Amino acid sequence: MPYKIELRAEPSRRMAIAAPLVATGATLIVSTVFFLILGLDPFLTLYTFFIHPLTSMNGVSEWLLKASPLILIACGLAIGFRANVWNIGAEGQLIIGAIAASGIGLFFPWQDSVLLLPMMVIGGMLGGALWAAIAAFLKDRMNTNEILVTLMLTYVASLLLSYLVHGPWRDPNGFNFPQTALLPYAATFELFDYSYRLNTSIFFTAVVVVLAWVFMERSFLGYKMSVGGISPAASKYAGFSASASIWVGLLISGATAGLAGMTELAGPLGQLSSQISPGYGFAAIIVAFIGRLNAFGIVLGGLLLSLLYLGGETVQLKLGLPSSIALIFQGMLLFFLLASNFFINFHIRKIEVKVH
Amino acid sequence: MELLISIFVATIIAGTPLIFAALGELVVEKSGVINLGIEGMMLVGAAFGVWAHFSGIPMIFALGIAVIAGVLTSLIFGVLALTFMTNQYAAGLALAIFGAGVSAFVGRGFGSTPVQAIQPIHIPGLSDIPVLGEMVFQFDPLVYFSFVMLGLVSWFLYKTKAGLALRAIGESPDAGHAIGLQVIRTRYVAVMFGGAMAGLGGAYLSLVYTPLWVENMTAGRGWIALALVVFAAWRPRRVILGAWLFGGMTILQLQGQAIGLKVPTELLSALPYLATIFVLVLISQNRQAMILDFPVSLAKPFRPKG
Amino acid sequence: MTPRLELRGIYKSYPGVIANENISLSVLPGEIHAVLGENGAGKSTLMKIIYGASPADQGEIICDGKVVGEHGPAVSRQLGIEMVYQHFALFESITVVENIALSMPGKFELDDLGKKVLGVSEKYGLPIDPTRLVISLSVGERQRVEIVRCLLRNPKLLILDEPTSVLTPQAVQILFKTLRKLAKDGCSILYISHKLDEVRDLCHSATVLRGGRVTGKADPRQSTSIELARMMVGNDLPKMTVTPSEKTAVPMIKLDSLNLDPEDIVGTALKNINLEAFGGEIVGIAGVSGNGQKELGAAVSGERVANNAAEIIIDGEAVGKLNAGARRKLGLGFVPEERLGRGAIPPYELSENAILTAHPQGMVKRGMLKRYKAREFAKKVITRFSVKANGPDALAHSLSGGNLQKFIMGREIELSPKVLLVSQPTWGVDVGAANYIWQTLIDLSRSGKAVIIISEELDELFEICDRIYVMAEGELSQSLNRAETSVEEVGLLMTGVHKTEGPRDAV
Repeated sequence: MPYKIELRAEPSRRMAIAAPLVATGATLIVSTVFFLILGLDPFLTLYTFFIHPLTSMNGVSEWLLKASPLILIACGLAIGFRANVWNIGAEGQLIIGAIAASGIGLFFPWQDSVLLLPMMVIGGMLGGALWAAIAAFLKDRMNTNEILVTLMLTYVASLLLSYLVHGPWRDPNGFNFPQTALLPYAATFELFDYSYRLNTSIFFTAVVVVLAWVFMERSFLGYKMSVGGISPAASKYAGFSASASIWVGLLISGATAGLAGMTELAGPLGQLSSQISPGYGFAAIIVAFIGRLNAFGIVLGGLLLSLLYLGGETVQLKLGLPSSIALIFQGMLLFFLLASNFFINFHIRKIEVKVH
Repeated sequence: MELLISIFVATIIAGTPLIFAALGELVVEKSGVINLGIEGMMLVGAAFGVWAHFSGIPMIFALGIAVIAGVLTSLIFGVLALTFMTNQYAAGLALAIFGAGVSAFVGRGFGSTPVQAIQPIHIPGLSDIPVLGEMVFQFDPLVYFSFVMLGLVSWFLYKTKAGLALRAIGESPDAGHAIGLQVIRTRYVAVMFGGAMAGLGGAYLSLVYTPLWVENMTAGRGWIALALVVFAAWRPRRVILGAWLFGGMTILQLQGQAIGLKVPTELLSALPYLATIFVLVLISQNRQAMILDFPVSLAKPFRPKG
Repeated sequence: MTPRLELRGIYKSYPGVIANENISLSVLPGEIHAVLGENGAGKSTLMKIIYGASPADQGEIICDGKVVGEHGPAVSRQLGIEMVYQHFALFESITVVENIALSMPGKFELDDLGKKVLGVSEKYGLPIDPTRLVISLSVGERQRVEIVRCLLRNPKLLILDEPTSVLTPQAVQILFKTLRKLAKDGCSILYISHKLDEVRDLCHSATVLRGGRVTGKADPRQSTSIELARMMVGNDLPKMTVTPSEKTAVPMIKLDSLNLDPEDIVGTALKNINLEAFGGEIVGIAGVSGNGQKELGAAVSGERVANNAAEIIIDGEAVGKLNAGARRKLGLGFVPEERLGRGAIPPYELSENAILTAHPQGMVKRGMLKRYKAREFAKKVITRFSVKANGPDALAHSLSGGNLQKFIMGREIELSPKVLLVSQPTWGVDVGAANYIWQTLIDLSRSGKAVIIISEELDELFEICDRIYVMAEGELSQSLNRAETSVEEVGLLMTGVHKTEGPRDAV
């Protein structure tokens, strides 16, 4: 082969900005072709996908609303991923967080207490963290791979949810739909404006983003965990605790996932149902990587993915396009973005072999 | 008795798509790669199988098209994970999303139209044996094919040089490269095999099991297949055991009330996953056994040194 | 006679470094040709290019008169070029014969192959059992598998990369017998080493590399070690200044009946280790690699915890149950043999690497990092220990082996340890840096600290140590005073407990 792949001495800063742009450009080109083949107007379609949703206050509200849980979860996940702690079950932790928060919201005796919402926040975080703690325990004490344990627990969580909303927690006045009664008013987040669904829980996300950045870049514990992820032998040499990394990584990501579940519950949804999450826990994994495992990149990645979701809904509503198109488009953009990371860390060089 | 037989038969059938998908992923993981996008590939296989069928293509070729569709889908993952060295979890998840979209797109318009399913075989004499005939000799050809595939995969991995090379690469791609093994190429082939099997498993669902197309009809089976591979400790023969366990739980969920089970169906459905966790913990205690079965390089990107 | 192998104008670079520049050499059939040079001279890179594991940027490779274009290991093997790596390319989860089968073309017949393996191993005196899983083999046995693997393919050119670093002196002689027989049968041998005595014993010719270039060609049988060293290093080796040691009354570190099981099958158990090191002296631990040195390093440093607290005593305190960080606080410094990945984190800056162990020096306040403090510390180390680096922001993997070693050692020394343990202090380090390191260790010990070095290089041990222990099969010998012992005595102790390495026990 006339070229070779070389690891860069350090990641290219130029590419870190250029690569996502190129990826987006490539997606636009490919999707334009795709839309043309389908007989659609590519300009209109892309406009409806990306721009239109942001042209109304409602659109912006929905955009931020969907981005918030993605960013929240991805920040927690990134802390773990950097330490080589692979929590793939954030979806399950989100569900358990939502369940815990619903339990408090529905059954706490003082239904209009000002403490209700804070207790649900704590409940959500604890629920998610405890669910992740199972995997942490099994990895720390029994050397069991956390990827598979967290994944399996996601199934168990969703079955538990199904059981609750079909059975004991089902709203008796709910026409047999698999959902609970609506939460009391004190158990919901304040809306910014009654016309839009965006609520105050977005502050939690903002705080978590800053905390996550500080943790990863400036804290000693964050440093220790990163070392553990890059060079486990150096971590042992320094006397850093591998156990601590495992527990902190899983508990933090479990807590942020559980918190996201709670904010979905106490925000736009207002009740627990089997539709508590459109796969945020999994999508957040992708957001974490598009964001290159740093907090501000994750914000951008989360906003992008949220726009993709929103755009998918918008083209369905406005142009009558099937939802599958949105998924295909999302998938393509994700592929290009993930591939573009390659160019940030590596470069391709032509080599000449002179023949005398 | 009649009920038990029908539960048995239903379990085998329910397990078949899982066996295909899990065997495929087993080979992929043995080579050191993990593809979380099985669900997407199965959906693509299911949708393309239905599309081919309704385009008038005979079943056997429709299955072939489903397989090819699975392979092509898996190639996207392959390029990302193997050439661009993307994080394999992210790439697999993106594939699942993409596959869901492509399958929904291809399958639109076919919803609820019944497929003329592949029929169970009838062997004169054998199929008519009371009880045994029903339990063993009345399945559709793909069920038998799944056992054939099991045998082939076992033989390939443990009796051939190429299979040995694949397992070696799964342990250490660097050592493999050093002795001249084609690491990336082998992994590509493994990934494509995984795609083929997932496509076939998906097609089984849409062309035999629930013979019609429904969006997201795999209903998580791709994820179950992932669990299955671990449950089987990466050994092909144990995949059958796991497939029947997981398949069986789904059946019990449906038939449970009929045979008087008072346990909530969700708990039953959760048992296989809990069992998998249990198996995982067990395997992880014995380091020597783990090294012999577990592909040490799993999920780590390979870059040829120099 | 047509040369078996000819290299012309080979050039190879990596980001930031030119590994090979205009290298030319020539090897005749049946010739044992040494490639000499210190680590970092470019020997390994060159061999990878010849073997095809890595492509040259420019230059020609000519095999038996025919030009070889870009090629991979598969093509090299077809040409009859075989390489025995320094770090073996073996798979632990499969058997010896399965490993060998993977690199042999043709039919896949394990029983047949097993018989051939036994045949070759007997012919050349390298006993191995084909049906054993590699995970159960010792390091020496694994090297034998590698060599047998190559020999089975009737190589025309055999490349050996530092093969004796894992062998006892007796096993080295057996290997040499094998190589001489091979050469007589017409096989060419490229022998990479930095051990001048061995090269003068074995090789017909030598090419010397330094800094990526050819600095000399010689006939080792005619040259003296000093002449060869001069070509490798460029100038005369400076003399060490070693003043007599004044020991403290109480040992700074004491190992008392230290017993530790290995972590995995290839590890060595530590059996009843007793050792003392006083302030003011340098104690050496000699031994062939693979006899427990790695385990001893990890046990003393705290990377592995002992069974009883009292098995390891630092300045009177029983520390056996403490981890590495806690022991460092009590005055133990450790420089491991693996620099990148263990002593330092490759993609991190030097200042970030300083935090790794020096963080108690004011770099952490209320859980937050004080990066400017880390930078200051790193700068101090760089200046004081003459580390050639572009400042505290330089990435660890951009430093040469010697400079990184100086940085790591400097970092540990700046923490004012009472005891400094250094594992393989100058492995892979160029001669200039090596001398600097030795002098630093001597100065440190004379300032009242205890220094322990674990080393495979007898020359190094005899150069700077006051006392020497010998490690063999997980056990430690009695302490020997350097002034009263000899290389032969130590060498013999190194092999004292070894089983037969070949048809004869002693050489």
